[in-house]
Amino acid sequence: MTEIVKKFLYLNRKAPYGTIYAWESLEVVLIGAAFDQEVRLLFVDDGVYQLTKGQDTSGIGMKNFSPTYRTLGDYEVKSIYVHRESLESRGLTQDDLVQIAWEDWESGEEKENIVEVVDAADVTELMEGSDVIFSF
Amino acid sequence: MSILHTVNKSPFERNALESCLRFAAKGASVLLFEDGVYAVVKGTSAEGQVKAALEDLDVYVLGPDLKARGFSEGRVIEGIKIVDYAGFVDLAAENDKVQAWL
Amino acid sequence: MKFAIQINEGPYQHQASDSAYFFTKAALEKGHEVFRVFFYHDGVNNATRLSTPPQDDRHIVNRWVALAERYDLEMVVCVAAAQRRGVVDEGEAQRNGKDATNIHPRFRISGLGQLVEAAIQADRLMVFGD
Repeated sequence: MTEIVKKFLYLNRKAPYGTIYAWESLEVVLIGAAFDQEVRLLFVDDGVYQLTKGQDTSGIGMKNFSPTYRTLGDYEVKSIYVHRESLESRGLTQDDLVQIAWEDWESGEEKENIVEVVDAADVTELMEGSDVIFSF
Repeated sequence: MSILHTVNKSPFERNALESCLRFAAKGASVLLFEDGVYAVVKGTSAEGQVKAALEDLDVYVLGPDLKARGFSEGRVIEGIKIVDYAGFVDLAAENDKVQAWL
Repeated sequence: MKFAIQINEGPYQHQASDSAYFFTKAALEKGHEVFRVFFYHDGVNNATRLSTPPQDDRHIVNRWVALAERYDLEMVVCVAAAQRRGVVDEGEAQRNGKDATNIHPRFRISGLGQLVEAAIQADRLMVFGD
């Protein structure tokens, strides 16, 4: 579709359901897949809550969109980063988060879980190494 | 690669500034605008954090937003540069990319 | 420099649309190019034709329209966000069985791909939100 390939960083800092940002930012990622850019997702602060397991929205009448995160591997997303301190200060560990698998249909390379917990210095490096940063 | 970080919420309402300062690399620029300008006023509980940031980062505040909220230039922490919208545009152009902390 | 502008909030509720407007205007006055202004989340509400703010306050929608006319700006509203929030043009009204439209004709409803494309084509993406 386009010859330019940029390193996209989707910065997620907000919790799901209390506001629509988490869901509508995910929609950008899904649509963005068609543009063949190098996509990384970063979850910081309350954004880490978007990836928790066991979300059940039946009592609040909202669509549970958490299953969509598990399909991100099908949408050209190879890298998903979660800030460690953001998790820890919220009493969470990686065990509380969903696992997101990825497979390259051409090469057959697959990864069981592309969610990576990283430190602040890694977050800085990720930001510095991106070309475009989306915020919601 | 240098980033212009923008922060538009008050440090007393949100942790946007705190997170921005935690992750901003040395040599980056930070622009405070809208409610974010409250962070540049002398004598707040955020002053220490902002002054410490000035050692590694260039910090700017959008003058029109400061004025709108009733704060004169004299009440701004030393070392913080005041810019207008044209200056905001220049900052965005001079840095390699812009990161919004909402 | 080529800018892409993303606005996440509706008129008046947040300062986002105002800040974006003054930034965009300053950029254009300096001779920069604004590739596209993209309205997402509640930002789609900036495209209403029916806003009547008090006489002594700024008219946010008309202000965007005037800037767009002066500089031939492309102002795009995300279709999914618009559908949810009831921002409707003729095409959407027919497609979804609505009995009215409310969009200002200077705004164009289109897909999220327009935001992604703008981010790729522009040199800088500016995001104004909450």
